[in-house]
Amino acid sequence: MTTLDVLYFAWVRERIGLPRERVTTAAPTVAALVDELSAREPRYAAAFADRRALRVALDQDLADFDAPLAGVREVAFFPPMTGG
Amino acid sequence: MGAVLDVRVQAAPFDPGAEANAFAAAVQGAGALVTFTGLVRDEGGQLTGMEIEHYPGMTERAIAAIAGQARDRWRLAGVLVIHRFGPLAPGAAIMMVATAAPHRADAFAAAEFLMDYLKSRAPFWKKESGAAGAAWVEAKAADEAALDRWRRG
Repeated sequence: MTTLDVLYFAWVRERIGLPRERVTTAAPTVAALVDELSAREPRYAAAFADRRALRVALDQDLADFDAPLAGVREVAFFPPMTGG
Repeated sequence: MGAVLDVRVQAAPFDPGAEANAFAAAVQGAGALVTFTGLVRDEGGQLTGMEIEHYPGMTERAIAAIAGQARDRWRLAGVLVIHRFGPLAPGAAIMMVATAAPHRADAFAAAEFLMDYLKSRAPFWKKESGAAGAAWVEAKAADEAALDRWRRG
């Protein structure tokens, strides 16, 4: 088991209802973590319902949902970015 | 003498003209200065304001990486990126990019590259408020497609 800081931004944050939390998990990949969180409560399931509408960053670098979580400390979920 | 790389992520307003002048004075060997300033649209009076959320830490990292790529790819004397977050009123400057180069082709290309990447690779999210309420701005497929032209086979 490892403990991660999980951060949420924009509508992902609004749907889940908090900006960050500590999550202790054995999930080997981002996708497995998403499955685990989605199973917790409907608000998580709602936020993660459409993964194509989500982006993920591992330790502040963009990553894929099949990326491994080994050695990762911070995971962030957010919609496609709208800067500029 | 290396290229100037100046990246700022801030809530405070800025003066695009004064920033452009200060940047021009700070770079060496430039014959061209290109600036772009992004403003909050008022959408014909429908929009009352905008709130920009960002990911502190990753934002600075992502912009520095994008600016570094521009510096490696074109012959530049400097890159300036200022991007605001927090509440913004219609007409306010959201962000600016300035590039300085010995020749204008490099300055224009680098500025366009920076804008294309900042739009969809820097962790900012815009929420617009109007009479109908507030809504997150959705990313456009065209924003992602704009990156293709910078990818080298």
